Order: sequence, then structure tokens, then C-alpha cells
Amino acid sequence: MDAILLQILNGLDKGSAYALIALGLTLIFGTLGVVNFAHGALFMIGAFCAVTLQKIFSLSYEVIDETQTDFLGNPLKVKTPYVESWFGPELGAVIIDWSVPLAILFAIPIMLGVGYAMERGLIKHFYKRPHADQILVTFGLAIVLQEIVKYFFGANPIQTPPPAALSGSVDLGVALGFDPNAIIYPIWRLVYFLFAVVIIGGVFSFLQFTTFGMVVRAGMADRETVGLLGINIDRRFTIMFGIAAAVAGLAGVMYGPLNPPNYHMGMDFLVLSFVVVVVGGMGSLPGAVLAGFLLGILESFASTTWATTTIPGINQIIIYLVAIIVLLTRPRGLMGRKGVMEE
Amino acid sequence: MLGLNKKDTSLLIIVALLTLLAPFILNPFPADSAMAQFNAGYPDLMQRFVIFGIFAIGFNILFGLTGYLSFGHAAFLGIGSYSAVWMFKLLSYNVIPAIALSIVIAGLFSLLIGYVSLRRSGIYFSILTLAFAQMSFALAYSVLSNPKFNLTNGETGLQVYADDPQIFHREGLPDLPHLFGLSMRSTYTLDVGAWSFDFNAGYYLCAVVMMIVFYLAIRIFRSPFGIMLRAVKSNQQRMNYTGLNSRPYTLAAFVISGMYAGLAGGLMAAMDPLAGAERMQWTASGEVVLMTILGGTGTLIGPVLGAGFIKYFENIFSKINDSVLHGWFAFLPDGMEDFVVAVLHPFVGKGWHLTLGILFMLVVIFLPGGLVEGGQRLINWIRGKRSGETDKPSGKTEPAE
Repeated sequence: MDAILLQILNGLDKGSAYALIALGLTLIFGTLGVVNFAHGALFMIGAFCAVTLQKIFSLSYEVIDETQTDFLGNPLKVKTPYVESWFGPELGAVIIDWSVPLAILFAIPIMLGVGYAMERGLIKHFYKRPHADQILVTFGLAIVLQEIVKYFFGANPIQTPPPAALSGSVDLGVALGFDPNAIIYPIWRLVYFLFAVVIIGGVFSFLQFTTFGMVVRAGMADRETVGLLGINIDRRFTIMFGIAAAVAGLAGVMYGPLNPPNYHMGMDFLVLSFVVVVVGGMGSLPGAVLAGFLLGILESFASTTWATTTIPGINQIIIYLVAIIVLLTRPRGLMGRKGVMEE
Repeated sequence: MLGLNKKDTSLLIIVALLTLLAPFILNPFPADSAMAQFNAGYPDLMQRFVIFGIFAIGFNILFGLTGYLSFGHAAFLGIGSYSAVWMFKLLSYNVIPAIALSIVIAGLFSLLIGYVSLRRSGIYFSILTLAFAQMSFALAYSVLSNPKFNLTNGETGLQVYADDPQIFHREGLPDLPHLFGLSMRSTYTLDVGAWSFDFNAGYYLCAVVMMIVFYLAIRIFRSPFGIMLRAVKSNQQRMNYTGLNSRPYTLAAFVISGMYAGLAGGLMAAMDPLAGAERMQWTASGEVVLMTILGGTGTLIGPVLGAGFIKYFENIFSKINDSVLHGWFAFLPDGMEDFVVAVLHPFVGKGWHLTLGILFMLVVIFLPGGLVEGGQRLINWIRGKRSGETDKPSGKTEPAE
């Protein structure tokens, strides 16, 4: 029992990332009807927002400290981050320590801006073009964004540690009534999962309970009629694109401490996220979230020693295998609606 | 000639001349001049031109004719390479059985994958092929290289070792891929004044193979079968309503293009007896899509042009470094020179992929027909200008329709 629970928990962090990226992809697809191959790049840009903020916070100046000397008796150079000198050493240290969560605030405007610029500058011109063209142009954009990040940050992964208070592990087993040490779980994974739940809940309630969301849903159902009612639906869809970009970006910001960001992380996630979207059902938001968590957990079950000794390499191919089976047996995906993406 | 009309025959002859004379055409600069770095006439690069040309021609038969965008074609290339290297390991270094097996095995795999993937169309098809290719990559990279059953040799890549059986290998045959004794690496260098031209056996094998498959592609394009594939692209539903089942046609196109990819993979292994899993990764599939689009989807010559273009600029751009740039812009004032070099720096050398991505986007946005369409527009523009001048004085009236 506890072993099963442990695998489910282990699948949650990847599942959350899949679900968040797939949610954004579906949002873009459902509103604008565009297949966005650059969505993984947005995830990566989010992660690099955290890296950038961390670098900004740790910008420091050097002073020669006469009170401290090295073993030869020369005075030491002491580096002091500007943040510490502005906010005082205690608060400054806390700010640096919490740079990843703080990067959320930094990333939201950036990602909204990037999303807005992308839609207005590029994707707008591709609504009338075939899907193949949309795939190709966003694929090209993904390469460009990836290479730009590589140029500025290099090809190696960059460590973005979580705040010290959230970096250890907790014994979840005790809290749930199992033996001690049965379920030891890193806190940050828990944080990431909760964060994903909050974001997903936020997006859904935004769509469900606000007037703006209602109009967007109406536009997803019948764009032309909403337009005829005198509502500028294009503008709202552009904003939804920005929100989808922000969701992917935030998923990236918080993912840094789990796996050090590098420039091709987006591409790695993108392929899987597409599979998730297809399994969930193209155009279905709950389907994307469900399939994201489901496949994440399935992947974690397939990575156990029992599974890998029974069928070697199953952890590498399980998601693709599931996708193939789902597509062949339920062509619309788990929760796909009729008439979406069917020529 | 050979069942082709006049236009196609001349196209085939042009391609044949270009490939056969490539060692001359690609080496326009003297060997030790400053411009020698733009020469592309060395065997390794020329082989890559034609091999990727074959790959792109095959991909175009699927994508250009039927409109099915496969994002997993590199899997067949990798499978072809692996089969070829296995033939080297088991039989001998002769390239004929290796290439034959690579075509057959890639054909079988594409039959299997195509049968499953072609049940869906559009974006679903792209994602299914992508999933299959990533699965093959994952399998080749890790699973199929365990000590008990080592089919792919994992990260190191499959290669021929001294203790391999090679049952038909005899004394006197070269210890490298060969065609009945003629080593693929043997190169004859012709020196004419300051120029030197390399004639490589491997390149000519690839070139001959490419001419054959190019001829086959022309025949496919012009055949009733090819017309049927175009019908799939333009309106599959209407085709189904007329009582035609389109799936056998698309499956046949998929298998043919998979066999082309396998052939390219086999030739790649024949030039350099090594097969690695990275050849199957989806970035490699993206590359062939890129070549086809850049050259011109659905045209005969486009994919070959695209493959040559990308491989040439990949090679040239990645060679340019800061000192080369400084050499070029030395005529500018110092500050200007540094500025220009700093601006260009991200786009050359290791940044070649950035240039490629930008180029790719520009082509998709402004020139969906690729280089071929660009060339046609240019010709039309020039002709339009000329005919415009001659038209005015004649004042001929056209009959109204």
C-alpha cells in the first residue's frame, strides 16, 4: 500500500509539469486553433526567468575587508550582494534564498509579454494557413528561442536551489499513519504539486466564474457568433494566449529546483506534452490535466525496479506506448469532443 | 527517354550532370587561397549532400504528395544504419548486402509504423509518428543494448569489432566498407594548377544511387499512383466518397519513403561504418522536414536543393569564427569592425542553429513553396520585365475567354 502511494507521489511532480504545459497547449489550441510547437520553449523561458532573477539578486560588489586576512596576512576581498547592502544583511539573505518563488512575480509579466508578442507578431498571421505550416513556423520559433537562451546562458544546466526552508524531505508516512521512513518525500515536489493545483484551479475558475472567461468559452464554442454580437473576441483570445504562455512559464519557474534548467529542457517536455494532449483529447482542458497526471504517475510506476526487470526499458517507452494504444482504441483521446481536429 | 517527357528528362540530365561533376562545381576556389574554406568539394561533405538528398527525396514522396507530415522519419534512417552495420559485422564489408538489408528492414518497420499511424491524419498522424520515433530512439539508446542482447550498443554506437564473424571476409579485401574490393574511402586527387579536385569512390556510389532513386521519384510523381497521392492531399474525403480507399495508397507512400530513408541510412553506414541512436532523435526528423520545406515541398528538385543548401551552410557557417569575421571586416574602422563582429557573432560558428531557425521561419512565413518557388518568382519577374518591354510596341490583342 505505502509502496503504491509512494509511486503515485513520485509521479506527481512530472505529472504536474505535463499537466501545466498540456493545459496551456490545449488552451491555445481550443481558442486560436493553433498547434504551438514553441510551447516547450515558453516553459524553458520560464525556468530561465528564475535563473536570471537569481543572477540579478546575487550581483555583488567586492570590498577589501581589513579585519579578515588569509593565511599570508593579506586582507581578504569580501563579496557583498547589492541586495544585502540595500535591504540589510538578514532580509537580503532571505531574498536571495527565496529567489525561485520570487521569480514567479518576475516571470508573470515577462511571460504575458512574450505570449502577447508571439501571438500578435507571428501566430496571428497563421490562422488561415494549414496546420502543417503552423507546426513548422512554431517549430522554427522554438529553435530560435532555444538558441538565444543557449547563447546567453550557455549549454550547461544551471543550478537553481529551492529556499533552504523547503529543500529537505518530510516523512509523509507518519502523517498518513504508515510506518516511519516508509514514505520520505522531498518538500519541493510537494510544493510543486500544490502550486500546479493552484494554477490549474485558478485557470479553471477564471474561465468558469468570470465574465471574461464566459466570453472566452463562448468564443471557443462558436467564434463567429460571438464576434457578430459585437465582442472583440480576437483581443480576448490574444490575452488567453498570454495566459497560456504564463502558465507554461510558471511551470518552468518552479521546475528549476527539481531539475537544473538547460536550454533544451523545453523540447524534452514538449514532445511528451503533445502526447499528453492527444491522450487527454485535443481541445479538452480537463482531459489535458487528467492525462498529464495520469501519465506522470504511470511513468513513475514504470520506473520501479520491479517493472524495469520484468520488461526492460518500459520506463522509457511507456508514455508513447499508452499514447499509441489510446489513439488506436479511442481516437479522440480520453475526454476529446467530437468535431475537434477532424478533417 | 526512359519513359519520361522532355522536361523531366532534361531535369534528370541536369541533376546527373550536377552530381557527377560536383567535385568540380563545389571546388571553385584554389586550394590554398583565402576562399578555400568555402569549398565544399571534399568527399565527406559531398557524401552528406547526396545521402541527405536521398532522404529528403523520400520524405517528399510522403509529405509533398500526400500532405501527411511525419515527424519521425529519422527512425527509419537509424534503422537502416543499424541493419547495414549488422551486415558488416556478420557477412563482410561489402556494401551491397548491407544497403539491401537496410532498405528491406526499414521497409518492414515503416510498414508496421505506417499501418498504425495512418489510421489517423493531420496533427494526430504527426504526433503518432513522433511517438514511434522517440520510442525507437529510447529503445535503441538504452533497452536494446543490454549485455545479453546487444543489438544497438547503446551510447557508444554500433561498430565493427575485430572479433566479429564477418564470414565472407577474405584476405586482400580492404578492412573498410568496399564495393567488391573498391574501398569507399579511396580517393583520387586531380591537381589542376592551384586547384585540386577529389574523386571519391564512396561519393560516386552515393551519386549513382541518388540518380537512380531520383529517376524513380520522377516516375512515381508522374504515375497514376502519384496522381492518386495528390488526390489524397487535395481532398481525401471527396476521394473516399468516390469509392476509393485511400489508405493503401498512403501506406504505400509511407513505406516507399521509409525505404528511401533506410537507403540513406545504409549509405551513411557504408561511408562510415558506425550507427548511433542520435540519428533517430526527433531533431533529426525535424531536419529532413526542414530540408524539404526549404527546397520546395512537392517539387522534384526541391528536396535535393534543400538538403544541399542546409548541409552546405551548416558546414560553412559552423567554420566561421571571430578571427575569420575580423579578417572580413578589417577594412572598417576599428570600433565599427568590433561592433559588426559582435553583432554577427551569435549567428556563426556554434550559433549556426540560430541562423537555421531564423531562416526556416522566414521561409515558412514568406516563401511557403521554398527555394523552387523563389526561383520561379525570380524568373517570372525577370521575364515579366522583359516581356513587358516587348509587349508594348506589338500591341497584340488577346482573344477574350
